[in-house]
Amino acid sequence: MAHASPLKPRSKRVLPGFGLSLGVSLLFISLVLLLPLTGLVAETAGMTWSQFWFVVSDPRVVESYKVTLWTAFLASLFNGAFGLLLAWVLVRYEFPGKRLIDAMVDLPFALPTAVAGITLATLFSTSGWYGQWLETIGISVAYTPVGIIIAMAFTSIPFVVRTVQPVLEELPPEDEEAAITLGASDGRVFRKVIFPSLWPALLTGIALSFTRSLGEFGAVIFIAGNTPYETEVTSLMLFVRLQEFDHAAASAIASVVLLVSLVLLFAINLWQGRYLRRLHGK
Amino acid sequence: MSIKIEHLNKTFGSFQALRDISLDIPDGKLTALLGPSGSGKTTLLRIIAGLENASDGRILFGDRDISRLPVKQRNVGFVFQHYALFRHMTVAQNVAFGLESLPRNQRPPKTEIRKTVNRLLEMIQLPELANRYPAQLSGGQKQRVALARALATRPDILLLDEPFGALDARVRKDLRRWLRGLHDEFHFTSVFVTHDQEEALELSDQVVVMSQGQVEQVDSPTRLYANPTSRFVFDFLGHVNIISGTVSDGWLQQGNARVSLPGVSTSGDAQLYLRPHEVHLSVEPDSRACLPFTIEAINLIGAEVRVELRPDGWDCDDIWEVGVSHSEFSRWQPQRGDRCFVSPEIGHLFRNGDNRPQPVTWP
Repeated sequence: MAHASPLKPRSKRVLPGFGLSLGVSLLFISLVLLLPLTGLVAETAGMTWSQFWFVVSDPRVVESYKVTLWTAFLASLFNGAFGLLLAWVLVRYEFPGKRLIDAMVDLPFALPTAVAGITLATLFSTSGWYGQWLETIGISVAYTPVGIIIAMAFTSIPFVVRTVQPVLEELPPEDEEAAITLGASDGRVFRKVIFPSLWPALLTGIALSFTRSLGEFGAVIFIAGNTPYETEVTSLMLFVRLQEFDHAAASAIASVVLLVSLVLLFAINLWQGRYLRRLHGK
Repeated sequence: MSIKIEHLNKTFGSFQALRDISLDIPDGKLTALLGPSGSGKTTLLRIIAGLENASDGRILFGDRDISRLPVKQRNVGFVFQHYALFRHMTVAQNVAFGLESLPRNQRPPKTEIRKTVNRLLEMIQLPELANRYPAQLSGGQKQRVALARALATRPDILLLDEPFGALDARVRKDLRRWLRGLHDEFHFTSVFVTHDQEEALELSDQVVVMSQGQVEQVDSPTRLYANPTSRFVFDFLGHVNIISGTVSDGWLQQGNARVSLPGVSTSGDAQLYLRPHEVHLSVEPDSRACLPFTIEAINLIGAEVRVELRPDGWDCDDIWEVGVSHSEFSRWQPQRGDRCFVSPEIGHLFRNGDNRPQPVTWP
């Protein structure tokens, strides 16, 4: 078989056009994802290592990392809990307006983030609808890290709901019934039977929510107040550098954000792959 | 523990799934709920378990009315058709789940749980698989683990919903035999649902035949087979040959076919039911009957030769099947297209408008 090549998919595949469809996909990925990323790296490559380090370890920038990390962390944690609840309600119960709520979950994706930011800032300012009575119990939201968390949580909650929802729908009811006949309490059924099946999806949702929050700009800047060393997020620092026409510095900071996001997503994927292999065998 | 079901009804919206079911399930016996899909057998099983609520009626375990008791207080073990093992737990963790779910004051210490689990894994002959995950097991192994898990808490009653339905024929046979052995050793009261009449007759001490939400007949397998009390039960327990005709003067007649009916004095339209192995085949008609056929097909595979027959000069809805022993077959050597006659030995006569048969035997 002199002409047998190891890659001969054409005759074996059900869908035709393997070469074409893969080619278009790869081209698209290159244009939309890889090329800009390469540009980013190229931009930073113009700096020396010490220049790079000087930019990314500037105290004000470092402080913005801290603010961004812990607010994004809390926002995604909140979304983990609230998103799971929302998905649960949408899957497990029938109630009037369910379809409407289901559709509204996607609203944060559809809404321009700046609109969300302005709305949240108005609502939570000391004279706003929520802000004024929160003020009376001594909580101020606008122009504090709490405001950042709320903006981040708002824009990234669909990630959690939409990753958990299908998994929850697919859970076989027999698993729960089996647990009940074995005498497990409701709490135990949830902890030991339902939650472990949802856990990989939930964690993915939380991770997506977290990485999205790391880069959130539009929604955050209106409500954050942007006080240096206190409520400046990293994406704002990027914006500031860009306004100073310091593209190299902006790229350097961007590459840090990118690295953190990528490492996190890869780690989650690796872990999830292992966990799912155990569940499904092979 | 015996189960007593009294006037049980279940409706789903406007659909009546169960209609006035009253039933006694004896202590320590294996009872089969047999019926086609949609007959309500699984619903009945789930109501006994407490996974579904009856619309009205009572269920007693022993003398205790448990109709209103939640599932976990009924102390039943339930085995599902698709195993329902917890995929993220190992085999040992699955089996231990019930024991670890006990309230703290009843829960045995960890070492004892481990011992019980090991004993159960020995019982299901899979001790080496304790640390595997369900995804790594075969269907038969999974169902055995599910059984061990259900038995771990020593339930009063074991309920099995089509336990062998998802397994292939050979594994099913093995597991059936194994379950029978297990039952003979431990004598738990068990109820299992099946649509396979062979499985029901082979495995159980008592068979409950259900159809359209009602109980058709309750009997031991031998009595059930010998004396089906309705057309439905007859039809459901394997192939049956039917000739319909008019009865007069002790003969049933249709076209050029006629069968004598010793002991039958009534007249009118009726159907005679004859099982494939309760008739024999010959070249000439005899004094009992003249039922002419042509041979349509011959199937040599199995314990006996199965001959399919098409009526000759009269009509029937379904083709007839007759079992012939291999020795007789090789002596006679019938061919497809040959003409032959059927002579009855045991039959059941259903008069029109009457659902109970009259047994007929030929001397």
